[in-house]
Amino acid sequence: MTAINETPTLTAGDFKSDYRPVWCPGCGHYSVLSSLTKALAELGVTRENTAVISGIGCSSRIPAYTNVYGFHSVHGRALPVAIGLKVARPDLTVIVAGGDGDGYSIGGNHFLHACRRNVDLTYIVMDNQVYGMTKGQASPTTPADWNRSKLTPHGTGVSPFHPLAVALAAGANFIARSFAGDPNGTARVISEAVRHPGFAMVQVLSPCVTYQPEQKEWKTTVRKADIVTTSEPDLAARWLMADDGLSTGVMYVGHRPVYRPDLETSVGVDALEAAFAV
Amino acid sequence: MAARTLSIAITGAGGAGVMTASQMLLDAAAKAGLFGLMARSSGPQIRGGEVAAFLRLGALPVNCLDDRFDVMVALDWMNVERFAAEIVLDSASLVLCDADAGDVPERIAATGARIVALPLQETVKALPGGRLNMLGLGMLVALLGLDDGRVGDVVAKALKKRGPAALEAGMEGVRAGRALVETVPGLPAPPVASGEAPPRWNISGNEAAGLGCVRGGIRFCAAYPITPGTEILEWLAPNLEKVGGVLVQAEDELASINMIIGASFGGTPSMTATSGPGLALMMESIGLAVASETPIVVVDVMRGGPSTGIPTKSEQSDLNIALYGLHGDAPHVVTAARSIGDCLFTAQWSVHLAEHLQVPVIMLSDQSLGQSRAVIERPADLAFFGKREMAAAGVEGYQRYAVTASGISPMAIPGIGGGEYVADGLEHAVSGRPSSAAEDHQRQLDKRARKLEQFDFGRHWADVEGEGPLAVLTWGSCANPAREACARARARGIQTRLICLRLLAPAQTERFAEAIAGVERVLVLEQSHSRQFYRYLRAFYDLPRDTHVFSRPGPLPIRPGEVLDEILSWSARA
Repeated sequence: MTAINETPTLTAGDFKSDYRPVWCPGCGHYSVLSSLTKALAELGVTRENTAVISGIGCSSRIPAYTNVYGFHSVHGRALPVAIGLKVARPDLTVIVAGGDGDGYSIGGNHFLHACRRNVDLTYIVMDNQVYGMTKGQASPTTPADWNRSKLTPHGTGVSPFHPLAVALAAGANFIARSFAGDPNGTARVISEAVRHPGFAMVQVLSPCVTYQPEQKEWKTTVRKADIVTTSEPDLAARWLMADDGLSTGVMYVGHRPVYRPDLETSVGVDALEAAFAV
Repeated sequence: MAARTLSIAITGAGGAGVMTASQMLLDAAAKAGLFGLMARSSGPQIRGGEVAAFLRLGALPVNCLDDRFDVMVALDWMNVERFAAEIVLDSASLVLCDADAGDVPERIAATGARIVALPLQETVKALPGGRLNMLGLGMLVALLGLDDGRVGDVVAKALKKRGPAALEAGMEGVRAGRALVETVPGLPAPPVASGEAPPRWNISGNEAAGLGCVRGGIRFCAAYPITPGTEILEWLAPNLEKVGGVLVQAEDELASINMIIGASFGGTPSMTATSGPGLALMMESIGLAVASETPIVVVDVMRGGPSTGIPTKSEQSDLNIALYGLHGDAPHVVTAARSIGDCLFTAQWSVHLAEHLQVPVIMLSDQSLGQSRAVIERPADLAFFGKREMAAAGVEGYQRYAVTASGISPMAIPGIGGGEYVADGLEHAVSGRPSSAAEDHQRQLDKRARKLEQFDFGRHWADVEGEGPLAVLTWGSCANPAREACARARARGIQTRLICLRLLAPAQTERFAEAIAGVERVLVLEQSHSRQFYRYLRAFYDLPRDTHVFSRPGPLPIRPGEVLDEILSWSARA
């Protein structure tokens, strides 16, 4: 494997594939893709030692639009695929990307346990509060009164999920929110998340102009958080619970031990057989 | 005639140490040069329930329980009715029980077995630090005629951590138990070991499956505990660590299967072990492994189903889901172990197949193999090792899913420069780029099917023994009573052929035709209610018109005598 310092510096463009995204014109995910490739260039990683892992959904198409290694797996299971990869191959930079339905609904249990396990991964959730690929149904972050889906004509009647508060409670080691409308800021947050050891959660507010056109207003309503990054979970919890979900910034940086099993060999396979000898 | 064996059932309250004593007995018998099998049966209680151990010991390898028990040792009568169906006794059987444990249960008394009540509790109470199970062990070593030296070694090993006082108390119990039994007249004759014993192992099917996987190259396992597969994981966790691997306890089976896909994508041969309910949860992602051509091994230790079913008892009823549970056209490999020792062989072979063919392999075992222990000859070293064809670094225009004659495309793994690709559950072009084009779908379906169709699975697809126009056709743990029944039939002059399939998918049509050539009559033997194996055979193979099915669901094991009866009644029609 090539060491990082032996390779010529790659630009953001060098991390983009030539596939044309399936996304709608104006989708926030274009900007997240751009932020991701910028971050990879800034981090100085190599293509062959980086992997982007996803599940299913509009945003989960992102691995094919990069040209690092990738796995576009099944709905909700990006985190376990990434955890298996990173535990078996701790030398790699592993980034998980997906949407709110994939991560918080069908993959909700994995989200909790990925936060707990604290493998050195970065999880980018492109949150647009809607299922786009299946043509506009409510997701766990959709407001309870959103009634524009045929599936929930009276609104979901269910309180939206608070991903960052859940991530904090479950033990995530780095918690941040950014906005697709600020690609440079998002790229910086992704870089910081990758550099921070352990499980890093980055929620990116990424508007769906097709099914949630009111999210165009995020250009004016999303703003920088009025806090400084804390390592105190109680402070972060209070702040997150009081926030309206539209503040951006790095809210929490923890120092929990990273899950990284030792993969050193101590004996040969033959030695395992001795225990069975009569 | 089949060689003489001695079958012993030991029952007692959970926590009384029945399993520990039985394991020590098996060890001591093995040291004395005997072969043996130890199966277990337990109730649903976690602790404090009732438990039974079934042992069969003999001078030749023992692969299944006998039709009946020569001896039952009842340390108490706690809920023994629950095992009555499994503990087959008759007028030639001997029951040793506690004089103070109350009346002999009706179902036991009704068998006509000779009942000998001994002062078990009274003797234990008189011993400082005395334990009932050590007394039981002493009774059993007396029955088997094992000397104190060998028993002492085994007890010392088992009680090492508890200190010298516990060891002395244990041996005191063994001596007291021996003294009790030596007063009983008319004990059954023990089997006698023949000559010098070559190196042997005492191993369970679940341990053997774990070892087979590691021998095959597995270095990553993610899994969720489930009865009766958990012991595979318990063996792998400390042992994978020693050889540079790791076991991750996942949050559920959905995570397990996807973690191993991730690890294998990274180039590390990976597996999980589960049982029926867990296998059902994994199905979607086994399809992902088919589509993305990611090698994995899934060991399913079958239990009674459907749903939670009978978690602690054996059944062969996951055959259908293993063969047909995937959505879409999803060629994959299904293998099945046919004995405790064969769990090692089949696991190692499964890793080899998965890695070579870049395909998921579902290996079927079952509770009766997984949770039983056997004394076996040390298994041969096998040449099977998981080795996938890798892409070279720096290849211009690398195509992950290139169409090849064998269907196998060189696989790049992260770290290989120029091999960057996106593995995908979406149908794809040769490059891996998602595609819904008809020609890409056809091409990739053809290629994935061709991998399995063109591969030479060799002679290990089945074990074929014996000759003649009568054949017993079976798979998995049913092979053991079938083999013994065939041997007994041969001893009566009835030639029977035994065909036991190790490879269930892909079907081996030509090899099957060859194996069954000249057979006029087939007895299909399996342990399921809906005759899953028979239906599978009907779907893929040509069977003679005269085909008879003996199929029964769990939890009771199929006994060799029952199979022999089928063969006899069936040959009497000739």
